Amino acid sequence: MAPSTRTLIAPHAREKHVDTHGPLSEDGLVRLLDHHGERLEDDTFSRFADHLTPEDLRGFWRDMSVLRAWDMEATSLQRQGELGLWVQSLGQEAAQIGSGRALRDPDFVFPSYREHGVALTRGVDLPNILRIFRGLEHGSWVPNEHGFHLYTLVIGAHALHATGYAMGLDRDGLVGSGDADKDGAVVCYFGDGATAQGDIAESLTFAAVNNAPVVFFCQNNQFAISESTTRQSKVPLADRAKGVGIPSVRVDGNDVIASHAVSKWALEHARSGNGPVFVEALTYRMGAHTTSDDPTRYRTRADEQYWAERDPIARLTTYLDGIGELPRSFRDEVEAEGKALGVRTRETVRGWDKPATMEMFDHVYAQPHATVQAERAFFERYQNSFADVQGQG
Amino acid sequence: MGDQLMTDNASTTTTTMTMAGAINAGLRAAMERDPKVLLMGEDIGALGGVFRVTDGLHKDFGGDRVVDTPLAESGIVGTAIGLAMRGYRSVLEIQFDGFIFPAFNQITTQLAKMHYRSHGNITLPVVIRVPYAGGIGAIEHHSESPEALFAHTAGLRLFSPANPQDAFDGIQQAIASPDPVMFFEPKARYWDKGLVNTGAVTSRLSEAASTIDIGRARVAREGTDVTLVSYGPTVRLALQCAELAAQDGHSIEVIDLRSISPLDTDTVVKSAKKTGRVVVVHEANTTHGIGAEVSARVSEQAFYHLHAPVLRVGGFHTPYPGATFEHEYLPNLDRVLDAVDRVMTH
Repeated sequence: MAPSTRTLIAPHAREKHVDTHGPLSEDGLVRLLDHHGERLEDDTFSRFADHLTPEDLRGFWRDMSVLRAWDMEATSLQRQGELGLWVQSLGQEAAQIGSGRALRDPDFVFPSYREHGVALTRGVDLPNILRIFRGLEHGSWVPNEHGFHLYTLVIGAHALHATGYAMGLDRDGLVGSGDADKDGAVVCYFGDGATAQGDIAESLTFAAVNNAPVVFFCQNNQFAISESTTRQSKVPLADRAKGVGIPSVRVDGNDVIASHAVSKWALEHARSGNGPVFVEALTYRMGAHTTSDDPTRYRTRADEQYWAERDPIARLTTYLDGIGELPRSFRDEVEAEGKALGVRTRETVRGWDKPATMEMFDHVYAQPHATVQAERAFFERYQNSFADVQGQG
Repeated sequence: MGDQLMTDNASTTTTTMTMAGAINAGLRAAMERDPKVLLMGEDIGALGGVFRVTDGLHKDFGGDRVVDTPLAESGIVGTAIGLAMRGYRSVLEIQFDGFIFPAFNQITTQLAKMHYRSHGNITLPVVIRVPYAGGIGAIEHHSESPEALFAHTAGLRLFSPANPQDAFDGIQQAIASPDPVMFFEPKARYWDKGLVNTGAVTSRLSEAASTIDIGRARVAREGTDVTLVSYGPTVRLALQCAELAAQDGHSIEVIDLRSISPLDTDTVVKSAKKTGRVVVVHEANTTHGIGAEVSARVSEQAFYHLHAPVLRVGGFHTPYPGATFEHEYLPNLDRVLDAVDRVMTH
């Protein structure tokens, strides 16, 4: 399973005197498309990408391009005061689209909060995500309609939910039956910072001893807000899985083809009843952690430039263009699609009304709870007292 | 499990049980009723739990339904959330009160909030059983009463039985509840015996599980001079105080809250209006505690009926001390009677 060993290392990691086998090294990364747009072979994983047609790759290119255009639009909306906060997926398009497009209907995803690309692949209407960031609600889609759980903001907490859900799939006989329409796996997305959390460690343990069909998909985007991955780990994050007996793979997360191939392998492994898998996708958070963050305080222009040259979309553009599979008309079409989505997003966001105040009391419990009922009744009377005054005035 | 006293029909089968036995029987009934009910926890399988509450269930239901988990409380609660999303109703055993804190995050940020976050699209019918409170001469972390920390969290229900009947009914109602329920079991009462009617709750649950209300307090003894409000381990103490006070001519009403969240304010306030004097008794330290909440509600809703300030008798604002101190640290007959005297002579 070990592809050719490479010892490239990112500039900021080099500055911090990390050894070449540290968490930001490129040791053992599976890569099928390099940043020059050249296709590479991998003894183990090429066969999981062989089925991809130029049309499939154009689909990836479309998804990534539309996602990026939309992500930029959301950032603008935050800057204009329409959103309280925005969390960009900029730079992580290949890891998210590559893995997301390897999912099937019976699979279920537990995202962190930056997985807008995976949301796209699961049919979540992207503008709808912004309801959370406009402060209208905490969860703006129905998980079971998309096989895509709500965003979890507490780092790593959802990995246990993913593991429990996978244990449930197994109990329900929906793993390893050999029926492709039935067998499912669970994918849990999290970042490099999360690997330091106890819940990730506990998830790996529970998944391993229960042989649960979970793909732990770690996007190592090199930063937990300002802290380098070198502050979370001494070794590549994928090595965490070894200690509990979970097979793991490192993949170039800016290579959509490799991200897809490795995910396909991992999902098939889990769906077949072979237990959990850990995938580390090395990528780079090209934007800030959120719109409240300022990366200039903790990383260099040189570092950003290094990774700009490894842009996940640019390399696919180069490759498809080089083989004559990215006609102008298609590019124009995708560009128009991105723009149209931006316009629709802007109009949608500005059109949202504040929900009725009393809705904040809804769904605290599934059955009536005396305290909530009493407080709701009190507050309703209080609110209405102003209406009476205005009416009389 | 106990001596069967009489068997008229299904709804009047009355048996003598310990509280531990009653919980065991309640778990068994719930598991027989619903194949989606699972038990998960540390040492609950072959061992039957460190208090033997799950005794025999592993043998009868197997390791897939009575699951020995890894030693990781956050993992136990977190995986139960995922299982609940697949339709499983997990009943979790946290081995001791003081070991629940690794799961605090999962309970308060995830379990309690998922229904709200999802607009009711996700219900998490998870029951967390917590053997709690002191009086058993244990070492550190084995005698604590952390219920106020959870009662402060919206989205959770808290229940604490004081006798085998409420333990038997309550555990089954907790399992039937679509909301997460923390079931605080007073470990010092595990071996207290009582009569349990095993028929009533079972037939009610099979008819209309969704309409069961586990939020009502119980008037454990009627009286007219002072209301003693308690729950869980100290209800027995409150009843003993009432018995002794009666010898001094004081008529004490004892209210067993049973449900800590929601609090049955109506029952407490009704009693406070009748007696005009309220003393709250619990093992937890009184600072920022359940007694403070009861006191606030009584003063808000029965202020002009009160003859004395509401007093609290409980633990002190210290860590739970070494076991040799616990009979002074915990409420006892003298301390509760002292409070009764103070509200009577105010």
